[in-house]
Amino acid sequence: MSEIDDETGSDNNGDDGNAPRQAAGNGKPAVSIAKRQTNRRRVLRTILLTGGVLGAAMSGFLPLVYAQKKRLRPPGALDEKDFLGSCIKCGQCVQVCPVSAIKLADLVDGMGVGAPYIDPRAQACDFSCDAVQCILACPTGSLTYHKPAFLSVRPGAALAAKPILLAKQNDPEPTLNMHERIGLARLSRPEACLAVQGKGFKGQTRGPDFKGQLRYMSVDRWKPVKVSSHPYDVAECDLCVRECPVKGAISIETVFAPDGRKRKSPVVHEPCVGCGVCEMVCPVEPTAITIEAGEVWKT
Amino acid sequence: MSELLKRRFVDQIKVMFGAEPTKPKEISPAAQQIHFYKKGNRDLIAEKLHARAHATPKNTWRNRRWVTLIFANLLFTLSFFLDIQILEGALTASRFIGFHLIDLNSALQVMLAHKHIINNLLIGTGTVLILWVLLGGRTFCSWVCPYHLLAEWAEKIHLFLVSKKLVTDQNMDRRLRTVFWIIFALLALATGYTVFEAISPTGILSRALIYGPGLALLWVLALLFFEVFFSRRAWCRYACPIGLTYGVVGIVSPVRIIYKLDGCFHEGDCRKVCLVPHVLDTVIKGRAVEKEVPIGPDCTRCGLCVDTCPTGSLSFEVKGLSKLA
Repeated sequence: MSEIDDETGSDNNGDDGNAPRQAAGNGKPAVSIAKRQTNRRRVLRTILLTGGVLGAAMSGFLPLVYAQKKRLRPPGALDEKDFLGSCIKCGQCVQVCPVSAIKLADLVDGMGVGAPYIDPRAQACDFSCDAVQCILACPTGSLTYHKPAFLSVRPGAALAAKPILLAKQNDPEPTLNMHERIGLARLSRPEACLAVQGKGFKGQTRGPDFKGQLRYMSVDRWKPVKVSSHPYDVAECDLCVRECPVKGAISIETVFAPDGRKRKSPVVHEPCVGCGVCEMVCPVEPTAITIEAGEVWKT
Repeated sequence: MSELLKRRFVDQIKVMFGAEPTKPKEISPAAQQIHFYKKGNRDLIAEKLHARAHATPKNTWRNRRWVTLIFANLLFTLSFFLDIQILEGALTASRFIGFHLIDLNSALQVMLAHKHIINNLLIGTGTVLILWVLLGGRTFCSWVCPYHLLAEWAEKIHLFLVSKKLVTDQNMDRRLRTVFWIIFALLALATGYTVFEAISPTGILSRALIYGPGLALLWVLALLFFEVFFSRRAWCRYACPIGLTYGVVGIVSPVRIIYKLDGCFHEGDCRKVCLVPHVLDTVIKGRAVEKEVPIGPDCTRCGLCVDTCPTGSLSFEVKGLSKLA
């Protein structure tokens, strides 16, 4: 920096400075062998960088390839491909969620770096916000109350009616502004279900170390508390029904087992939006009831 | 604006898209006179040495910039961490006390991929567009982008290694950035997926700062590694489409660096510290077309050249307003 020589005026790094130059007939200065080599190397490097960056970018398409494997997106999410295309990955949905149900995917999760998802077993959406705030926060319409007309609604994805939130069923406006379900609960392991076995449940569901939160109306209408702070004592397990935030989405029914005998079982109904509270509170390990992300209602 | 400066204005836009700066074909008589005066003037050399001896290194603009950059990114983090809700979201899209702000390049990608623009997206993009038109376009890069700061530190290591002759700066063709811009725009349009977001170090870092670190940071580390050992500031110089988007915004911005020919000793220190030295071609001896030449749109307005210039020949200027420090 201390030298006071005038600049050569060359934009390159001066590694061509010593090469002899000859005037060429066509008006352009002749290019020395050294400079030609430098240029060639530069072209190769440029191609290398292009390849590197594009290669990395191609890995960004992996979530599209893996999109068959369903992930639970936040309420109001567009169908997977549209969702990935429109999400700007800002995490505003993450910021407004009162129970921190929404997480952003990392590189290895293979579902779009920075795209939001819900792992209902760890923390389900319990609609503690009363109004699907994540949809309100979304700046691009990835999460939306009103799907644009050019996007189709998959048969069975639309809810027959706006879901009634039990927590505010006495309010003048008891419904959630949701038109499509984000998934559907399914009794995936009926053999493990305590209700099916006719067993009760006593204690903390998911154990003392479970960090998940839930809004218990009997505790505090406005503040979700830790599930571990709310032990149960039920003669016949009905936790999934008891804690379901949506009216008429699930109930314990008497059904016929394959061998013809009568037994109790949780049965999922059409109003189920796929929030995942049932999966979160299910006391058996692994869960007996799971959310099938993006699943539709089949009659 | 004189005819010569208009020509230079257009040339500088071409330079931003990757053209190499060329020697001017014509120089104004006033500038010509100064160029002639400087040629072989012995007094000037003595004066130069004198000025050099008295020059103290300043970091005024760099410090202001670092404080701004860190503050802006910290505001995002604290808004979420302390739930103070001043600046919610990440650099790709956010809300400043309720007002939508959406990064121009991210917005463009989403618009191309999703082909549907909701009002909030439009409002946020418009607000940010106006903001950066007023503030200088690529000002975003050096004053806000968190990758810029890391790359600046990586650059220091790189320059140290260069001075020890352990590495050399492998420069590349700057047209590559324009090519990348087009490729990523076309990919978004054709695949309906904003694939650039997956590798954007700006987005990855911003989210990491707010929502916690993730493995995606490995990609950022790889880029920094590349810049330390192979190519100085490679991502910002040759690849980042965000920089080009904001550069285009900067074409019409009133905030810029202005160069004054008469005080300049043509030592080229400014070009050595500059992220985009091609915008400073005008400081090369005999190249300035007028006595005062504004620096082109690819300039990130980082102020390193202003700090490093011992004679004050480079300074910030707001077009139509009095000159700043």
